[in-house]
Amino acid sequence: MARFWSSGLGGLLARQGILVAFALFMIGFTLANHRFLDPDNIMGVVRSSAILGVMALGVTFVVISGNLDLSVGSMMSFSTIVVLDLHDRIGPALAIPAMFAMTLVLGAIIGFLVGYLKLNSLIVTLGMLSAIHGLTLTYSGGKNMDIADKEGTWFSVFGQGEILGFPVPILIFLALAAFLGIVLARTPFGRKVYAVGGNGVAATFSGIRRARVVFATYLISSACVATAGLLQASRSLGSQNTVGQGMELEVLAAVILGGASLLGGSGTIFKTVIGVLILGFIQNGLLLVGLQFYAQYVVTWIIIILAVWLDIAAKRGRLWSPIA
Amino acid sequence: MSGQQAPVLRLEGIVKTFPGVRALDGVSFSVQPGEVHALMGENGAGKSTLMKVLGGIHQPDEGRILIDEKPVVMASPLDAKAKGIVFIHQELSLARELSVAENVFLGELPRKAFGLVDWKKLNDDCAAILEKLRVRFTPQTRVGDLSIANQQMVEIARALVHEAKAVIFDEPTASLTDAEKVVLFDVIADLKTHGVGIIYISHRMEEIFRITDRISVLRDGTYRGTLVTAETTEEEITQQMIGRKLDLTRNIRPVETGDVALEVRGLACGDLFQDISFKVHKGEVVGFYGLVGAGRTEIAETLFGLRTPTAGSIHLDGNEVTIESPVDAIRLGISLVPENRKEQGLVLSMNCRDNMTLPQVDDLTAGPFVSDGAEVAIFDQYRDRLDIKTPGWRQLAGNLSGGNQQKIVIGKWLSMKPEVLIVDEPTRGIDVGSKSEIHNLIRDLAAHGYAVIVISSEMPEVLHVSDRVIAMYSGRITKEFTAAEITEDKLIQAISGLNGSSGKDAA
Repeated sequence: MARFWSSGLGGLLARQGILVAFALFMIGFTLANHRFLDPDNIMGVVRSSAILGVMALGVTFVVISGNLDLSVGSMMSFSTIVVLDLHDRIGPALAIPAMFAMTLVLGAIIGFLVGYLKLNSLIVTLGMLSAIHGLTLTYSGGKNMDIADKEGTWFSVFGQGEILGFPVPILIFLALAAFLGIVLARTPFGRKVYAVGGNGVAATFSGIRRARVVFATYLISSACVATAGLLQASRSLGSQNTVGQGMELEVLAAVILGGASLLGGSGTIFKTVIGVLILGFIQNGLLLVGLQFYAQYVVTWIIIILAVWLDIAAKRGRLWSPIA
Repeated sequence: MSGQQAPVLRLEGIVKTFPGVRALDGVSFSVQPGEVHALMGENGAGKSTLMKVLGGIHQPDEGRILIDEKPVVMASPLDAKAKGIVFIHQELSLARELSVAENVFLGELPRKAFGLVDWKKLNDDCAAILEKLRVRFTPQTRVGDLSIANQQMVEIARALVHEAKAVIFDEPTASLTDAEKVVLFDVIADLKTHGVGIIYISHRMEEIFRITDRISVLRDGTYRGTLVTAETTEEEITQQMIGRKLDLTRNIRPVETGDVALEVRGLACGDLFQDISFKVHKGEVVGFYGLVGAGRTEIAETLFGLRTPTAGSIHLDGNEVTIESPVDAIRLGISLVPENRKEQGLVLSMNCRDNMTLPQVDDLTAGPFVSDGAEVAIFDQYRDRLDIKTPGWRQLAGNLSGGNQQKIVIGKWLSMKPEVLIVDEPTRGIDVGSKSEIHNLIRDLAAHGYAVIVISSEMPEVLHVSDRVIAMYSGRITKEFTAAEITEDKLIQAISGLNGSSGKDAA
């Protein structure tokens, strides 16, 4: 088996395991349904992945710094409900910045608890998942939120508009990915995120203020969530309180599929974008081959676990190892 | 170890290649029952790979392993263990939250009815083994509460549970005090009398001469030969290992000191250390020597802002300063090369260049971005100055040998151009060649006007690099020596508390 991994095909798998698996799925889906590679279908997938993708960009920072963010799903519901509600009360021009400010406050709370108080991020963000859900329901009184005048508002441009034939959500996703990709790869702050996640102790010994870096990653994550909430609200102009429910796991799956390590210290924005697209195409492909919607959850997760396993197996050169 | 007996373990023509590297190129040697066989070589010579082959982690491409002259295949670490090959690793692999007895019998706890653990038998069996090792802790002690030395004893106890054919010690004394080493050597002597073959990997010559029977030397993955310890010399071994001679003479020079760079007055930190006063001049190397736990590292950590002092003051260039965090220390021109390079010094998943420039990445910018050119310039400069061997700056720090890793950490802090450089255990776990390079480097830094503090547990190192030596015992300075007046006897007395609390602790 060791020989296989050092051979040509194995070597390719070892380096690009996820991409190869992705290519295999694409071929499989195309054979099963010729509409899969249709430009309209592809555009549709990217478009529907944009909201998840925007959230995954922020979570990438959190994961690389060695933490988790499981609150992004319910935080996105919060942003969506708040901006829809404020739209009719104070108008979209004020509603958007107000919603961003409120969402950033939530991110700051998490960043403070995880960064400065050094609480475990799993516990904190799991707690915030519930707390924010409760906050959203309290805010809305449990009712769905709708914009009164759906035809007459420019607010819909973010979710439904097009520029030169490209849907605005895709453009926002790609622009944000480019911006955050540069921040992560090219700025001193990005370097510190990797250092803190790769070895927090060594980062401290190098004069990096760990708490501040962790705090900043949660701010970035919440800013991304607010953007996702904006896209969501603008697309549907009305929403349930649970619109983001469960997305925290899909977001995490996309980041991990892209190849970021849950232990921190590795991953890139580009890889996350790939991970988002893989997830989107798999879900779309399963739909096209006629799998029932709910069964998709099961299959999607089996595929994710298989992909991660393949990736780890390739890294350690065998499918199973008594030592990690 | 008579040559007539059949060897307990024999390696024949072991070859192991990794993509692009022939890590082992036909290595052969054998270990007799009751023999302590040293395996020596510079970092990167292939010792670790050879041990991984022996331990079933890597499979050899060519060659055979024989136990009691029968060829065997080590399919996995478990398989190697089952065949009687036991490893005592440099980095310990114990469950910190479990008791000593649970660790010793991990995976094979004695059972009674309904599969419940038979605690009495467990603790009794363990106590019997611990008695052989003459350790002071009990089977019920939580492993996390033990010192590193005692944790190592737990590892050895684990090895004694089974009939071991061969026990491999990998740098076992790296974190032991002199007293603890004596106990370890007694244990090894005891294993010898039971006919166990012992492979002893170490860079420390005094130990090699003290306890080994024969020495096999590796260089660049090739086997250079086996020497009989009683018939060889340090020079011969070194030459086999690196093909050149080493300068490990003592350093005595006329003391020419510049201005005082750092002065510490009455510094204390809770129970860790008290009443610490000393000065370091520009152009001077001050050695801190003492047992593990004497408070040396804690003083360094306090000077670097990682601990808050409870009393006393710190003065740089005559001005009192407050250091509350590493950020403050770095701004004031203090650098610390920490004791543990893998845990404190490096981000192993990051490349060499990024590790080196990490403390100053905020200042190496062009506009909002990190400047590639500025970073590479720093890396190139210190790679050349420190002679760091790496295929390029993109290499991950985790892939370098220990010596080169240490040089990256040193380069990282030198490039900060510090006023005061503190180096904690500069050569722990590093091969002789790199060791003397690092010693020369420290001397060279002092010659260029740096004020340097060297903390070390190795007496030859302290004697070699220091202009003055401060001896510590149990959180206090017991004595301060100039290089000219120091002797090994006096130093040992000063660090073992033999002359009470006298000496220089009035300040």
